[in-house]
Amino acid sequence: MLSKRIIACLDVRDGKLAKSVRFVDTKDIGDPVSKAKEYYEDGLDELVFYDITASSEERNTMLDVVSNVAEQVYIPLSVGGGIRTVDDANRLLWAGAEKINVNSAAVKRPALIAECAHSIGTQNTVLSMDILKVEMGREFPSGYEIVINGGRTPMGIDALVWALKGEELGAGELVVNSIDADGTREGYEINLTRMIAEAVSIPVIASGGAGKPEHLYEVLTEGKADAALVASMVHFGEYTVSGLKKWLHDKGLKVRLRY
Amino acid sequence: MVQIVDYDAGNVRSVQRACKYVGIDAQITADPEILLKSDKVIFPGVGSAVSAVDTLQARGLDEALKEFYQSGKPLLGICLGLQITLEYTEEGSRDCLGLLEGACERFNFTDGSIKVPHIGWNEVEVVQSHPMLKNIRSGDEFYFVHSYFAKPSESGWIHGVTEYGDKQFASILARNNLFATQFHLEKSGELGLKLLAEFADWQGGSC
Repeated sequence: MLSKRIIACLDVRDGKLAKSVRFVDTKDIGDPVSKAKEYYEDGLDELVFYDITASSEERNTMLDVVSNVAEQVYIPLSVGGGIRTVDDANRLLWAGAEKINVNSAAVKRPALIAECAHSIGTQNTVLSMDILKVEMGREFPSGYEIVINGGRTPMGIDALVWALKGEELGAGELVVNSIDADGTREGYEINLTRMIAEAVSIPVIASGGAGKPEHLYEVLTEGKADAALVASMVHFGEYTVSGLKKWLHDKGLKVRLRY
Repeated sequence: MVQIVDYDAGNVRSVQRACKYVGIDAQITADPEILLKSDKVIFPGVGSAVSAVDTLQARGLDEALKEFYQSGKPLLGICLGLQITLEYTEEGSRDCLGLLEGACERFNFTDGSIKVPHIGWNEVEVVQSHPMLKNIRSGDEFYFVHSYFAKPSESGWIHGVTEYGDKQFASILARNNLFATQFHLEKSGELGLKLLAEFADWQGGSC
């Protein structure tokens, strides 16, 4: 039976680990390579690096981070942030990433999803969606809107419509990131996650809002997510990956415990 | 010398890195001559079987792999590398290498909540012992990413099975000097690395 995955998300800025609260007010919290290794040894199932820098020289720093991590960490490694072309994706794969997360650039130019799926494979193409709760209505039948640029720019696109479009274009997995919940540590957006997980036939990764083990349990059961993304709850040492997995296991969830 | 087959199907460097980590000196090649001269070959792969088979044929690597298998030297298939060792895949209705008789089928579940691709960590039940598996216990978990699964015509080649949805599929196949896993042992943590490390010593027999 397939295990539920615990994925740690590391926001990287200029080669250093940063954690954002509602996507603003980011602060440095350490070295991404040693953090990645620490989580790997503690039983993490998958890693996501999110490059939150803008300039091109800093992007090369990201390639170094990916390549250093790939030499020491033998679980799937996913990278997102600023990927605009298949060439960007290929550079990251060559450096050692397994999966590529596309986000803003795909909203602006949806063909990017199909191009990535064709070039690097559907299973390596992850569509990451930043989503804001809005008033349900004619414009947003699901009650959720796609936003880009780290949550700053609303795009007038319904989140559920975009999720289905992403799947159709060839995304192999979806990251459902709630901007409302991100960094609050008050729990994932269960309704949003479940709505999308029930609508698509590809795996869904829940993101944003994890603060307690109960939150992971909720989103992996009630929220129908296949994987849960954690960040601040493990970055600051309050919880450990192995501790979370043990807790989920004791609650009856199937997680990977032998490693 | 160990050679990793490069046919533009996924990250051969991940496999090379994992090899290096466990002390296997492996090179990457797209040249059939070099492949045939090597002592051991790793045949990895992710992505579409259609473009994979096309590239193998265009580079003459399909015939080289068949000849290499006939030579009796150890051959390790990973993921798509396992699937292509069979005769045929439903993916794009392609003929494959036919080192093993049988075909690959697509996962098809009546229960819509079972996701395809099968992505994530899942258990392998060892159903037959093998020198490559001496450090692996039934129930150990490995990382899978695939939409198609192998149905070999001879159940005696099945060494490991995995359950997904209401299906049980062959996740480890072996025949003579061929050993192949549906999961990515290069991305399956320390247990995957342990399995890969056995390839250094394995001489191609089944006991």
